Amino acid sequence: MSAGAPLPHDAAHLHVTGAARYIDDIPVPANCLHLAFGLSQSAAGRITDMDLARVRQADGVVAVMTAADLPFANDVSPAAHDEPLLATGQVHYVGQPVFLVIARSHHAARRAARLGKITIAEETPILTLAEALAANSRFEDGPRIYTKGNAAAAIDKAAHKISGTLHLGGQEHFYLEGQAALVFPQENGDMHVHSSTQHPTEIQHKVADAIGRPMHAVRVESRRMGGGFGGKESQGNALAVACAVAANLTGRACKMRYDRDDDMIITGKRHDFEIQYTAGVAPDGRIAGLQFTHLVRCGWAMDLSLPVADRAMLHADNAYHLTDVEITSHRLKTNTQSATAYRGFGGPQGMIGIERVMDHIAANLGLDPLAVRRVNYYQQGAGQTTPYGQIVEDFILDEMTDTLTVSCDFAARKAQVEDWNRNHPTLKKGLALTPVKFGISFTLSHLNQAGALVHVYQDGSVHLNHGGTEMGQGLFQKVAQVAATCFGLPLQQIKITATDTGKVPNTSATAASSGSDLNGMAVKAACETIKTRIAEHLGAVHGAAADSVVFDGGRVIAGAHSLTFAEAAASAYQARISLSATGFYKTPKLAWDRIKGTGRPFFYFAYGVAATEVVIDTLTGENRILRADILHDAGQSLNPALDIGQIEGGYVQGAGWLTTEELVWDARGRLLTHAPSTYKIPACGDRPKVFNVALWDGQNREDTIFRSKAVGEPPFMLGISAYSALCQAVQACGPTFADLRAPATPEAVLAAVMRTQAGQG
Amino acid sequence: MKIRFRLNGETVELTQVAPTTTLLDWLRLERGLNGTKEGCNEGDCGACSVMVTDDSGARTQNACILFLPQLDGKAVRTVEGIADPDGTPHPVQKQMIDHHGSQCGFCTPGFVVSMATAHLNGAQDYDTQLAGNLCRCTGYAPIIRAASAAHDAPVPPHMRDLCPPSADDYSPKNSNDFARWYEQNPDATLIAGATDVGLWVTKALRDLGPVAFLNRCGDLRGVSRRDGGLYIGAMTTLTELRDQIAPHYASFAQMIDRFGSTQVRNAATIGGNIANGSPIGDGPPALIALGARLHLRRGEARRQIPLEEFFIDYGKQDRAPGEFVEAIHIPDQPDVLACYKLSKRFDQDISAVCGCFAISVDQGHVSAARIAFGGMAGTPKRAAKAEAALLGQPWTMASVQSAQQALAQEFTPLSDARASASYRMQAAQNMIERYWRGTQGLASDLHEVTA
Repeated sequence: MSAGAPLPHDAAHLHVTGAARYIDDIPVPANCLHLAFGLSQSAAGRITDMDLARVRQADGVVAVMTAADLPFANDVSPAAHDEPLLATGQVHYVGQPVFLVIARSHHAARRAARLGKITIAEETPILTLAEALAANSRFEDGPRIYTKGNAAAAIDKAAHKISGTLHLGGQEHFYLEGQAALVFPQENGDMHVHSSTQHPTEIQHKVADAIGRPMHAVRVESRRMGGGFGGKESQGNALAVACAVAANLTGRACKMRYDRDDDMIITGKRHDFEIQYTAGVAPDGRIAGLQFTHLVRCGWAMDLSLPVADRAMLHADNAYHLTDVEITSHRLKTNTQSATAYRGFGGPQGMIGIERVMDHIAANLGLDPLAVRRVNYYQQGAGQTTPYGQIVEDFILDEMTDTLTVSCDFAARKAQVEDWNRNHPTLKKGLALTPVKFGISFTLSHLNQAGALVHVYQDGSVHLNHGGTEMGQGLFQKVAQVAATCFGLPLQQIKITATDTGKVPNTSATAASSGSDLNGMAVKAACETIKTRIAEHLGAVHGAAADSVVFDGGRVIAGAHSLTFAEAAASAYQARISLSATGFYKTPKLAWDRIKGTGRPFFYFAYGVAATEVVIDTLTGENRILRADILHDAGQSLNPALDIGQIEGGYVQGAGWLTTEELVWDARGRLLTHAPSTYKIPACGDRPKVFNVALWDGQNREDTIFRSKAVGEPPFMLGISAYSALCQAVQACGPTFADLRAPATPEAVLAAVMRTQAGQG
Repeated sequence: MKIRFRLNGETVELTQVAPTTTLLDWLRLERGLNGTKEGCNEGDCGACSVMVTDDSGARTQNACILFLPQLDGKAVRTVEGIADPDGTPHPVQKQMIDHHGSQCGFCTPGFVVSMATAHLNGAQDYDTQLAGNLCRCTGYAPIIRAASAAHDAPVPPHMRDLCPPSADDYSPKNSNDFARWYEQNPDATLIAGATDVGLWVTKALRDLGPVAFLNRCGDLRGVSRRDGGLYIGAMTTLTELRDQIAPHYASFAQMIDRFGSTQVRNAATIGGNIANGSPIGDGPPALIALGARLHLRRGEARRQIPLEEFFIDYGKQDRAPGEFVEAIHIPDQPDVLACYKLSKRFDQDISAVCGCFAISVDQGHVSAARIAFGGMAGTPKRAAKAEAALLGQPWTMASVQSAQQALAQEFTPLSDARASASYRMQAAQNMIERYWRGTQGLASDLHEVTA
């Protein structure tokens, strides 16, 4: 059986030989044109003049477009119609595309794009959360508030009151392949779009609007991305639309890829947050009441900020039962890049808030941080509800925590760490265990649907297509394993093909960790349809009941007759039976009101626990992750090797967010960290030297594809254990709470150490 | 200009080469070899890693900031040339598949080239060998497993490249040629390793005008003993310098391991690191602390100055038109040097502060002190007041504190994306304490700590 086998990524052999084809590797006609944007150098203001004469005269330039040259929709937003492809009168951030250069080469386009003279009557930009709050610059009318019980009253009555603020930075996706699109114009003005996108249907929709044609005139293909992480959910729209309008204008193939600096300056990132909290706490560390206020920096356009901020609120409880809670979320509008989807989609920000509260409680009450966490865990089977009223039915973190604490020798190592900290004057260690409970499903319920298209050819080979996109996570392989399992075929019989809006329409973004849950089920449905037809046919021919026909080991067994799958397919074909089927799936049980903040937004939860040990240098704030132990719940894994890959990679990316990765803007709103020279994702040596990852041995309680669980995002939040361990190490320097901001750069750690040493909380 | 090199085993001769064409663009746009990827276009991500073989061996470099003329007389191997010509995967390719070392696959060609080069050289210090290859998907663990698993496999013979004879009839062949030419063309841009100049082309989109490639000036390259010390040719790469300096100044060598990445160190030269004049170059603080002297040459005229005097002000060096850095000389001395490089990321990051200390203690008192910092001023700068505060004083924490106070008197660092001014000052001061603790047997290297 293919499902459950630890098979390599389907394209691994292409990756290692350099033969895997990305957008920029697709052969193009000799007259293909290349595009670049001219960018706003001001964060806010009105365009009073645009002198593009030098741009037009530059070597290799074929045409230059501004907003006035766009014949149809000038909009690349995912929903709110607030993101023009090219600025219309007003600019809203440094890096906003203002004009489009169409040239004979990528270099010619880049060079020319810098020759524009844009005159802007500058206005005072709103850059920080404080500035936005003061100016009431926000999306939606006011803050969104979710409540359960009476938090204020519970806090008042509690034995201890603890409050604080966590400053939490954003994160650049740093997909290794930058944003890219390539459009081949077709007859009748149709467009064939190749896009490095997580959301082909949205690309199709935006391109269709931009060329004034129905969606049927646009076909979008995506074979693979060189990384996505949420950064290619909506951020690819601009490139695909630009290529389409340029192709419409010139009749020639058009390609656009951002140079890395442009990519980082133009595109959105993870939302940075300020999280304010006040907790009322019982003497044993149990939270009696809790208030959170999230200040969310959304940037200049709405993009996906509302559901991101919602998901942060939906994860403010993480693994902890809160009886009286109030979560307030301000979605603030600033003159910076429009923050967008990023792995976890607000969940990490929500979750780290309450993990911070746990550490704060432990520090102030002199309790063990893990004990504080455990006393607050949900109780399985107790009918406890989340702050938004969903019953937690599948809570397995008690068992998982027990297992991990034993396997990583947590208690003994904790004692060793304390011993080290007593004896070493300048190097301090920290060891922390944090849990993850992550809700699986799009919170916009209608997105929880998927389609598939499966063909069986007369020779028994299978052509597989579905709405999910491949960004490295191994989705295509997992779904192929589903198809192989359904047909009882070896994997080699299944042809994986590029996501294509012409084959499966109306797809949702490959996001929210939903890829294999949704598309696996849709493919299974399509396979079952074809199997049923073959079984009915063979059953009739061979005098067996259709439901007794077995597909296994490359053979089809009907009664006493055993055929190869190819023979079965040929037989069905000759009997004029359709060997092609679509499949469709929609997630059951969902009912969610995002305005009231009540209902069941999630089909199920995915769980994980991580224990991380770190060391800090109290003279410089430098820090290292020494060891990480992880136990993660992927249900009945579809592919344990790929799942472990998601867990290892997610952890390191999550730890990077909270340690080395710092975004810095200057006072004029210019992003200073716009290249890997200044923005530091983890390097090879930053991974934990001891790194033990195991899968939890269990099945999804819900009826998902072969009882597996989604695994794309949840492990990212295991990285919070590294941050918590750093807090513990700082805590070893003094009596007051280690008020460590994130990312915990050496500078941030040293500042926290000095405050803690000085007794300033 | 005309050049000749070998590409994946086949000789390539090019005429009328535009000197600042990068290898990456040529591979992808001219040769249709698309396996080598552009990830950042500035030498920081390693997706474009290629293996370059010359008379010193096979090393990785970043193709995005490698100009074609730098390859003359060398051999290049791209990801397309790593598998055996008969299609058999290279051991690192096989292990990368078996250990699930690729996810999105975009960084993978660069990793495969770096791993195959390390495999060829028998290197197993993977954290160093692969520090210049960024991966955003895997968290690196499976890649290291793959590299380790491939180590014992024999090196496929095709990996050992032979270099063709040079065809470059334009670039200077030795330092005398070059000195004459540069005296007459003082406005030319000199290209040594191109790890900085490369970005002037790929990022600033500058036309460089007349250029001189120095890679053929073999007599400017290498470390030798001379005049009671180490004489380091300006064209010595950081990789070569590291190996030569390690027996003499261990901490300097360790710091060089964090200088750029393996790919960058294989290209970058110490002469370029100095002549460039950057306030955050890591070579100068260490060399100043070692009392190094700079050898400058213009035509036939030569002069020597203490290195610290070369750096006059931000963007301004004591170098006349047509004059160039020929060498750097470190006088022999007992090794009391400690180099502390402080950055957000440990590997392949630019220093927020680089502090280098050489403090000698005789009978409990400081008998000599040389302290220099990068990242604390507009130039690499010697901490004269802190040195004075220590000289002749008992080697105690109290003296350290007075040196820390002196430091605050003589430096006013800036705030930027890497660090704030106050952090820079605090950390620089604390580095003196760290040095003192080291001499008290309280060594505290974060990297020697294990879980």
